[in-house]
Amino acid sequence: MNAIVKVENVGMSFETKKGSFIALQDVNLQIRTGEVVSLIGHSGCGKSTLLNLIAGLTLPTSGVMLCNGREIAGPGPERAVVFQNHSLLPWLTCFENVYLAVERVFSTKEGKDKLKARTSEALEMVHMTHAAHKLPHEISGGMKQRIGIARAFAMEPKILLMDEPFGALDALTRAALQDELIGVMAKTGATVVMVTHDVDEAVLLSDRVVMMTNGPAATIGEILEVKLEKPRNRLQLAHDPHFAECRAAILEFLYQKQMKKAA
Amino acid sequence: MTTATLTSGLVAVRPEAEAGPAARSEVTTAKETDMAATSAATPAPASAPDNSVSFGEHFSNFIRAVLPPLIGFALVIGVWALVAMKSADFPGPAKTLDAAVVLFSDPFYQNGPNDQGIGWNILSSLKRVAIGFGFAALVGIPMGFIIGRFAFMNSMLEPIISILRPVSPLAWLPIGLMVFKAADPASTWTIFICSIWPMILNTAQGVQRVPQDYLNVARVLNLSEFKVITKILFPSVLPYMLTGIRLSIGTAWLVIVAAEMLTGGVGIGFWVWDEWNNLKVEHIIIAIFVIGIVGLLLEQFLLLIARRFSYGGNT
Repeated sequence: MNAIVKVENVGMSFETKKGSFIALQDVNLQIRTGEVVSLIGHSGCGKSTLLNLIAGLTLPTSGVMLCNGREIAGPGPERAVVFQNHSLLPWLTCFENVYLAVERVFSTKEGKDKLKARTSEALEMVHMTHAAHKLPHEISGGMKQRIGIARAFAMEPKILLMDEPFGALDALTRAALQDELIGVMAKTGATVVMVTHDVDEAVLLSDRVVMMTNGPAATIGEILEVKLEKPRNRLQLAHDPHFAECRAAILEFLYQKQMKKAA
Repeated sequence: MTTATLTSGLVAVRPEAEAGPAARSEVTTAKETDMAATSAATPAPASAPDNSVSFGEHFSNFIRAVLPPLIGFALVIGVWALVAMKSADFPGPAKTLDAAVVLFSDPFYQNGPNDQGIGWNILSSLKRVAIGFGFAALVGIPMGFIIGRFAFMNSMLEPIISILRPVSPLAWLPIGLMVFKAADPASTWTIFICSIWPMILNTAQGVQRVPQDYLNVARVLNLSEFKVITKILFPSVLPYMLTGIRLSIGTAWLVIVAAEMLTGGVGIGFWVWDEWNNLKVEHIIIAIFVIGIVGLLLEQFLLLIARRFSYGGNT
């Protein structure tokens, strides 16, 4: 399997009033085509920073980031992002929000009808066809996040980056969207990097779980392979011994090896 | 984007303020009225008994909305009548009403340049405001964009604007007279000056406050500069711009009266001064009401537009 994203000796520091703050240090990671990787760790461990680096929204202060063999110099549509707070443009309908992305990526090759068809298809994939012509403030938080996911998938990115995509949702909506995402990922075979701090979510969705040590100067602590058949079913997994093992391993890492001191 | 110093502490009013409780309550009462109307026309279905508002309840809501303002007006008119009774020069409400009836029965007569109907006076004031204000928008909004977008321009222009903004626009009137050599463009010029500051400052603040999330979306999608401006920058700045426009038009309407008193010609401000010279105090009182009502209508009209573009909250 070839690596689509390579992170080599990457460090990231921010200039603050008290001098420079080292957020990430010596991060090495390879993401293979078609795999789903979760980044998990305590808050402030730099997992979102790492995701933003892959997205190209920020550039590393040291080390090399490669996507498809080329250095990541900025954001681009081949690395689509699903933002935690959905980030839909409030003045555009759901359809127009998705269309904006589709148009940007495919308008050089395809006509308007095809672009519209793509948009409708993406909305149908997340079961939001009924809300296509509603404005974002007219639909619920879970629905907004579905549109955000549809927008990202519609761009047919090489890699999909999700920054705590379900963090702002209640537990039941979150479960429904996770199941939805499992279906979409199975259908598209997408490469996904996802930031989360939900242990169950990490095990349920990922092929590998990247556990990060506490910051400052955070780095990758352990990487856990989740060897469960896909597509997965949350009800069956509840009694699966390997699922329990993976869960335990992550919990052990987070709450024993990387216990936060009086957070 | 951290250079908000220019707008801090100045008149920049956040657009949320304009869709404040007053606006919202208007919307809800309108909805309630709708509901009441439909439920009165068709028998309310048994499954939705909550929607039907009884006539008595509806009537009491109406009384609650209308009664306090009526009492307020009655009080003012009462005090006015009392004062008028004690004073020889001051016309009472009845005399003023009579004069108003005469005045408004023929608002568009023309007897030479210094004697025209009140309709012409209002229209020519509005025309001056529209022209001055239009030029201010043409200059101020792009300037606001530039100041909001480039920190350098912000630091460069901030001290100048800070000094000029508190100056009464009437202080600029002589400059206008000197440059244009005529009264009419000079009063338009003062309107331009007083309208431009809120327009610049609010637009600049709007540009500085475009949510980073939307800009990130633009970056990830790698949108062209044209798309960024039309799909992201402009729509998110629009509510701020409209606030600036609303503030400007309010000030412009205040200033035009004073400017016209100084320059003469046709216009509501000059008319007030002219009627003072004619010692027709009842006309001055009428003018005060007229100016107030026109100002209110302008404000409401712009609020209406602003509400259309508020997108029901940005989250």
